[in-house]
Parts: sequence; structure tokens; C-alpha cells
Amino acid sequence: MKFLGVIIVCLTGGLLLYGTTDFPDWGDPSSPASTHLSDYYIEKTIEDTKVPNIVTSVLADYRGFDTMFETAVIFTAGLACFILLRDFRGKKERFYRHKPTGVVLHVKDGKKTLTVGKEFEHMDKDWVPSDLIIKTVCRILIPFIQIYAMYVVAHGDFSPGGGFQGGVIFGSSLILLAISYDLKTLVNRIKEKVLGIFAALGVLIFVGIAAICMPMGGNFLDYTALAPLVWDPHHVRALGMLGVEIGVGFAVMAVMAIIYINIVSEGRHDEGL
Amino acid sequence: MTDLLPLIVAKYNYWLYVILMMIGLYAMIAKNNLIKKVVGMNIFQTAIILFYVSIGYKKDATLPIIQNAHGGQDAHAAVIHAIDYINPLPHVLMLTAIVVSVATFGVAMALAVRIYQRYQTLEEDELRMRLSEK
Repeated sequence: MKFLGVIIVCLTGGLLLYGTTDFPDWGDPSSPASTHLSDYYIEKTIEDTKVPNIVTSVLADYRGFDTMFETAVIFTAGLACFILLRDFRGKKERFYRHKPTGVVLHVKDGKKTLTVGKEFEHMDKDWVPSDLIIKTVCRILIPFIQIYAMYVVAHGDFSPGGGFQGGVIFGSSLILLAISYDLKTLVNRIKEKVLGIFAALGVLIFVGIAAICMPMGGNFLDYTALAPLVWDPHHVRALGMLGVEIGVGFAVMAVMAIIYINIVSEGRHDEGL
Repeated sequence: MTDLLPLIVAKYNYWLYVILMMIGLYAMIAKNNLIKKVVGMNIFQTAIILFYVSIGYKKDATLPIIQNAHGGQDAHAAVIHAIDYINPLPHVLMLTAIVVSVATFGVAMALAVRIYQRYQTLEEDELRMRLSEK
């Protein structure tokens, strides 16, 4: 198999390299990719949409359908992870740690209910004390990461940024919380239901803004029709894009957290990385 | 050989992406472990993303964000030349592709976890052995 693999790779690579002789040079402004449609996007963006960031205007306006279904793909990926892995059966055995002394209670029959006082905490089987430095640094860092994520979403129209990037940054802050403390901290802070609702809400915001355009007299995703609804009709397309980007941010943030939680805990949401 | 060298120098970006792509393809074909195959697929995707982004590059051009769009001195007088800004279209396509690749990577990992739960292995030959036993 290895030998066959080398032959296939060499053949494919050789053919691709032979094909590159017909490709435009590095940085050639008159290459086919940069001459037809992209010139229109660059020159007409301000006129059409009043959004200086061309990437955002192409993403959320000119190619809005593409982005809408990309968001749906991400939502479906989160759903697939949930369906494949989620395991609602509880663990058979549980461990409780007495906080002042460090004595560990091992409950072998998980079905029996056991009520413990406040001085006990439910803990993982392979529990290790988390490092104080890591915890403190992450506790200080996480709020700033989240504020930065919101800035990236809100400022996507005017500077590099947008819903996808902001959502990923926000999701990574949640993952950082789960890594630096433990998975239960994250699951207790943000319930599974809330994450699922956020993922669905993000897609709903996108599709909802697109669909509201139709009863207002425009086409699907034609933000100009929203002009009577917003306070600044001059920038209606920019505001429509902002709303759509917020929806994308919600969906991406929730799906990142859902995928992470389900994979590290094998779907049981109790202990993990 | 004398013809080949300037050709490589003019298009060295494509050579790099083809090499990276072939590394990913080799990992997908030859590796035995399913996780390594998935990582190979990710390397392949990365090569394609880099390829697209490099297509959008123009010499002496800046980011695809219009300068002085709001409140500049000569905001309305300034004519926008397409040659001053790099091509935004590949960036848009790859922006969504990156996030989707992360999501598909997550689904692949979830499948790998399920396979491991059922067969206690992720090695391809062992999996095939287990399947033929039944």
C-alpha cells in the first residue's frame, strides 16, 4: 500500500506541476481570477452597499445564499456530532471528594441516589488538581477574549473581521475555560440546551433577516427592502449585513462548543479533557 | 534544465502547494491509523486554502478594504481602481471553507470516537480483521 501510495502521489503531483505551467505568475494583476467579477466587487462595493470591507460585502450580500447555506452546514455538523456521540446514560460509578481533607468517596452503584453536603464535590475519576497559575491567567484572559470576539463581529463591516471569525474566537474562549478548569465548569455555566438554542438561533437570525425582506417588498436577502425598519435607511445594507453576521457568530460559537464538549467527553458531558 | 529554473521561480507558490497537497494525499492513502488519515485530509484542505488565497494576490496592492470610505477628505471624489486592491473573492470563499473544514473535522473525530468505542481500535488493518470475523 505504501509503494502504491508513492506511485499515485508522484503521478498526481507530476501532473499538477505540469499543469502549473499554464497558471498565471505569482501576483499577476491581469490573471483571469482577478479580471472579471472581482473588479466589479471592488469598484462598486461602496456605491452598492456602503460597506468598505469588500470581503464582508461579498460574503453577506453579493454571495449571501452561499454564506446562508455554509451556516446551515456548520449547524448540521454540530447536530451530527450531537447525534453520533451524545450518551444520556449516566456513568456507573461516581467519585466525591471531601474538599477540606481530600478524602475521596467512591460510589460503585450509580443508580442509587446519594445526597452529599456542600463540603463534597463531584469529581472525575482521573482527577488532578488544576494549576493555580493556569486558572488565574485564564480567568483574567477569558473576558478579554470574549470582548475581542464581540468587537470582531461588530466591526466586521469596516475592518478585518466578521461573524465566522468572531464566533470562532468566542468558541475558543469557552474551550479555554473547559481546558483550564474542567469540563463540568463549562457545562454548568452554559447548559447544553442553551448551546443548542444558540446554534439554531444563529441560523434563524440569518434566514429570518433574509425572509423578512420578502413581505417588505424585496427579494429574498435583498436588504434594501428593510429600509423602513431601520433608523438609518442610508446604510440599510450595512445594517442588514451586521445582523446576518451576528447570526453567523452565534451559530459558529455554539457549534464549536458543542463539538468540543461531545468529543472530549465521548458524549456523556461529565468528564473529559 | 535551464528552462525549468525560471519557471519554478516565477510560480514557486504553486510548487509549494502541490508538495503540501501531495503530503496530505499520501497520508490519506498510506497511513494505517484513521486519525492520521483525517489529519492528512486537513493538510490537503490547507494546501487548497493557501492556493486560493495566493490566486487573489496582486503585486503592489493592499487589503480589500476601501480606504477613506467614510469621512475622508476626498471620499466621494476618489475613484476606486480595482488594481489597488487584492482580489476579495478567494478570501470570501476560503473564509467559509476554513470554518466548514473545522466543522467537518469535528464530525470525522466524532465518527472516530464511535469506531473506537465499538471496536477498541483505530488501526485500519485491525478494523478489517474485526469486521471479517463476524
